[in-house]
Amino acid sequence: MSTLFDLLVAGLATGAIYALVAVGFTLLWQTSQTINFAQGEFVMLPAFLMLAAMHVGAPFWLAIIIGILLSMILLGLAFKMLLVDPMLRHGVLPLAIATMALAIGIKEAVKQFFSAEASPFPSIVPTGDIRILGHAVALQSVGVLVVAILAVVGLTMLLTRTSLGHQMQAAAQNPTVARIIGVPVERMILLTFLINAFLVALASMLITPIYLAKFSSGEVLGQAAFIAAIVGGFNQVRGAIAGGLLIGVLDNLAAAYVSTQYRAAVPMIFLIVVILFRPQGLLGRAEERTV
Amino acid sequence: MKSTLLAGVLFAVATATSAFAQPIKLADVAELSGGGATVGTNWKNGIDLAIEEINAKGGVLGRKLEVSHADSQSNPGVARAQVQKALDAEPYVLLGPGYSGSVKVTAPLAAEAGIAQIMGGEAAELTQAGNKFLFRTSFGQQSSMPKVARYINGEMKAKTVAVVWVNNDFGRGGRDVVSKELERLGTKVVADLSTEAGQADFAADVGKIKAANPDAVFVYLNEEESARILKELKRQGVTAPLMGETTLIGQKVIELAGDAANGARGHVGLTTDAPVDLIKAFREKFSKKYNYVPDHNGLKGYLAIYMVKATTEKMGKVDPKKFADTLHGLTIKASEEPGILMDVTVSDTGDLDRQSFLVEVVEGKQVVKQVLPKLN
Repeated sequence: MSTLFDLLVAGLATGAIYALVAVGFTLLWQTSQTINFAQGEFVMLPAFLMLAAMHVGAPFWLAIIIGILLSMILLGLAFKMLLVDPMLRHGVLPLAIATMALAIGIKEAVKQFFSAEASPFPSIVPTGDIRILGHAVALQSVGVLVVAILAVVGLTMLLTRTSLGHQMQAAAQNPTVARIIGVPVERMILLTFLINAFLVALASMLITPIYLAKFSSGEVLGQAAFIAAIVGGFNQVRGAIAGGLLIGVLDNLAAAYVSTQYRAAVPMIFLIVVILFRPQGLLGRAEERTV
Repeated sequence: MKSTLLAGVLFAVATATSAFAQPIKLADVAELSGGGATVGTNWKNGIDLAIEEINAKGGVLGRKLEVSHADSQSNPGVARAQVQKALDAEPYVLLGPGYSGSVKVTAPLAAEAGIAQIMGGEAAELTQAGNKFLFRTSFGQQSSMPKVARYINGEMKAKTVAVVWVNNDFGRGGRDVVSKELERLGTKVVADLSTEAGQADFAADVGKIKAANPDAVFVYLNEEESARILKELKRQGVTAPLMGETTLIGQKVIELAGDAANGARGHVGLTTDAPVDLIKAFREKFSKKYNYVPDHNGLKGYLAIYMVKATTEKMGKVDPKKFADTLHGLTIKASEEPGILMDVTVSDTGDLDRQSFLVEVVEGKQVVKQVLPKLN
C-alpha cells in the first residue's frame, strides 16, 4: 500500500511535468497547426541556458530568470518567426519535418557547445520529507507538483477569465471571424508561442535536477508529452493536463508492476486503445478547437 | 692463425653488440582520441613512464623496450585495423585497447598471430571465450564481484540485499556473478531490479527497493544512471547502505549526484588514492612527468609493461611464442618487482587476482576505508 502511494505521488510529480509540456503541444497545435517534434529538446535546452548563466557568475535565481527569458526569445519568438512562419505556408507536414530537423540541431549544438556528458543541476526544492496521510513524501515531489499545478491554474485563469485569454480562444477557434471582430490574431498566436516557451522552461527547471542536464534528455520527455497530449485530447488544454498526469502515473505503475523493459510500451499501448475507441482523446471534443 | 682468432673474437663481439642494441618492440593500440581519449591517454602515459624507468635501468635482459602507439579513435572498427597493422610488424607483445568493445574485436587477431595481448577491458566475457593470448591489467567481474559479495555479507552483515543492474552485457554479467556469490554466502537477494541504459526516472525502481526493505542495496549501473538513482534513493529516503563498484563512487558520479553520493561505498580494483607506498610513489612520478594526477587507466598501462618485464625475466629470453604460456599462472611479487605495485597472480584465463580497495564517499570525496586481500 505504501509502495502504491509512493508510486502515485512520484507518478503525479512526473506527470505534472509531462502535463506542462503537453499543454504546450496543444497550444501550438490549436493556434497555428504546429506539431512541434522538438518539444522535448525545448525542455532540455533551457536547463543548459540556466547552467551557462550560472557559469558566468549569475546566482541560481537570476540564472532561472535569464534562462526563462532566453527561452522565450529563442524557443518562442525566434522559433515562430524563423521556422514556423516560413514553413507553415507549405503545409503541416513540412513544418513537422522541419521541427524534427530542429530537434536534431538543438541536440547536436548542445553536445558541441556544452558536453556529451551529463551535468548536475540544482533543485529549487530542498531534499527531505514531509508526512502526508501518514506517508513520508519527498519534498521535491511535492514542490514539482505545486509549481506545475500553479502554472496550469494560472494558464487556465488567463485563458478563461481574462480578455486576453478570450481573444486567444477566438483566434484559435475561428481566426477569420476573430480578425473581423478586431482580435489581433497574429499577436495572439505569438503569445501562445511565448507561453509554450515559458512552460517548457519551467518544466526544464523542475525535471533537470532529477534527470540531469544532458543533450539527449529531451527524447523521453518529448515522446511522453506527445502521447499525453493525444491521450488527453489534442484540442483541449485540460485534456493535455489530464493526459500528462495519467501517463506519468501509468509509466510509474508499469515500471513497478509490469517490467522496466516494457514500461515505455505501456503508455503507447494505452495510446492505441484510446485512438481506437475515442479518437478525439479522453477529454477532447470532435471537430472543435479551443485553447 | 692469430688473425683468424682475432677475426672470430671481433665477429662475436659485433654479434653480441648487435643483439644488445636490438630493442624489444611492443605495439600499443589505444583510445587516443574520441570519447575514450581520457582512458587511452592515461594508458599511453603509464606505458611510456614504465618504459622510461626500465630503459634507464638497462632494459629487460639487457635489451631496451620500444613501443609504437596507434590511435583507435575509440572506435572498434578503427581499433581492429590498427591492431592488424601493428601485428604485421610482429611485435613482442600487443598492448591495449582499453575499451572492452575494441578488445572484443581485436582479440581474435592477436590470438591468430600467436601474440600475447595485455589490455584494459573489464567485461567478464572477454576472458571467457577461451582465448589463450588475452590478459587483463585490472579485475574482470569474476574477480571483483566475489569480493563485493563477501563485503556485503561479512562487513555489512546484510541478510537481505536488493540488486539493481543495467540491462546490458556489463550489467547482466556483474549481476549474475554477484547474485550467485551472495546466495552462496547466505545473503538473500530480495529484489532483483533490471534497469535500462540511459534510464532517466528511477522512482519506480526505488519504490520497489523501499517495499523490499533490504539490509543493503547493490547498485551496478553506468555512471550517469548511478547518479540518478543515488538522487532518487535520497529523495525517497532510503537509508539502507549502498554498495557498488567503481561506477557507483567515481568522481563523475560524485559530481552529478552531489550530497546524495555521500555514504555510498564501492569496490575499486585500482586507485591512485590507495594507501600503498608503491602506488603513492607511482602517482608522484606520473604527476611530476605529466602535470596531472592519473586515473586507474594510467596504473593499468604502467602495470602492463611491468607484466611484460616480469614474464620475460621469468622466461630468461625474449620469446613471443612462449610469453602467454609463461604469464598464465604467474605470481609477480611487488617485493621482487616493485613496478608491479601490488602482488598479482595471473590465472589460466588471463584474469588477475590481487588486493583491492573499499572506498566510501565522504563529504564528496573518495576515501579508502579498507584494503581487501587477494582471493587466493
